[in-house]
Amino acid sequence: MRLKELESSLQDLSGFDEPKITLEQYCTTPHLAARMLYTAHSVYDDIESKVVADFGCGCGILSIASNLLESEFNMALDIDLSALKIAQKNCSNYEVEVDFVLADIKSDSLYQWKNKVDTIVMNPPFGTKTDKGIDMIFLKKALEIATTSVYSLHKSSTREHIKKKAKEWNVDCEIIAEMKFDVPMMYKFHKKKSVDIEVDFFRFSKKESRN
Amino acid sequence: MRLVTHNMLQCHVRGCNVNNYPLQLSEVEIEIQETEFNSQFLRSMIRKLEWSALINSAREIGITTLPEVLPDDFDEDFLRNIHRVLLETHIQQGKMTCPNCNHVYLVRDGIPNMLLNESET
Ligand SMILES: C[S@@+](CC[C@H](N)C(=O)[O-])C[C@H]1O[C@@H](n2cnc3c(N)ncnc32)[C@H](O)[C@@H]1O
Ligand SMILES: [Zn+2]
Repeated sequence: MRLKELESSLQDLSGFDEPKITLEQYCTTPHLAARMLYTAHSVYDDIESKVVADFGCGCGILSIASNLLESEFNMALDIDLSALKIAQKNCSNYEVEVDFVLADIKSDSLYQWKNKVDTIVMNPPFGTKTDKGIDMIFLKKALEIATTSVYSLHKSSTREHIKKKAKEWNVDCEIIAEMKFDVPMMYKFHKKKSVDIEVDFFRFSKKESRN
Repeated sequence: MRLVTHNMLQCHVRGCNVNNYPLQLSEVEIEIQETEFNSQFLRSMIRKLEWSALINSAREIGITTLPEVLPDDFDEDFLRNIHRVLLETHIQQGKMTCPNCNHVYLVRDGIPNMLLNESET
């Protein structure tokens, strides 16, 4: 499947019914989701025939894109049941299979997931004032689990911090793309409906998996 | 939820750290949905799963065809059977009980609920 086809086939997904601001529920656009998964697939061969997990899957766009690129087994988790129900419906419309788990990344150790998942893709919450650093909790857990690589989006303003952490955790990281992202406003006191923020698309890879 | 996923779920109630895996399945409702067979994938996946946990869980949902010990070579029949058990058998409803602390996690409409309330984490 070509990039253009992937992007256009992702247009028909349903989004959140009532997005929960505190959980940072908004969908990755088909444009971005297609580019993330297409790169993971065509440049790094991290999708086809792999076990792929999606952390904070929301309505499931990243898992569906992964399926369309022939991943072999997909698992997706989210803390919100209503999001998972929408994701389930999206998957049945697309005739793709994903195993969903209702879980909280912050409190569940996911201990048994280790070494069973090849690749993790995610667009984590960036963290609001009350929930600072949640994207780093997602990232740390993802890196503990994935045997090969993790693809994730992070605010460009935290770039140096992320690079430092990657070094500390002994993983390689590279920025695949820098992008602007239209994020619905997470703070009540803001007047604007959404803001453009700058986001880095990262690939993290385990050093052991290099040969 | 398929058994591959169940094989990755473990109790995480605070303080429950030993003998908390695999979660015991009961009162299950199962649906079979056919899917493409890929022997190469199965070969690598089988080695990653916890075999003894898997045969226990399979037995709890009425599947008694898995060998006690994982064979050294996988023939076609074995792989077809494994394919059925791992990738085509969906647990739609059920209860998953921690063998250590007896906490019950529910599976509803195919989704296992691993959330705990605050006092339990
Ligand atoms: C920015 S949205 C991304 C949704 C989807 N992955 C996408 O790309 O369209 C972040 C998702 O993370 C979920 N989430 C937030 N906190 C979480 C937590 N502690 N554990 C699991 N999921 C969480 C939210 O419910 C939301 O669906
Ligand atoms: Zn327990």
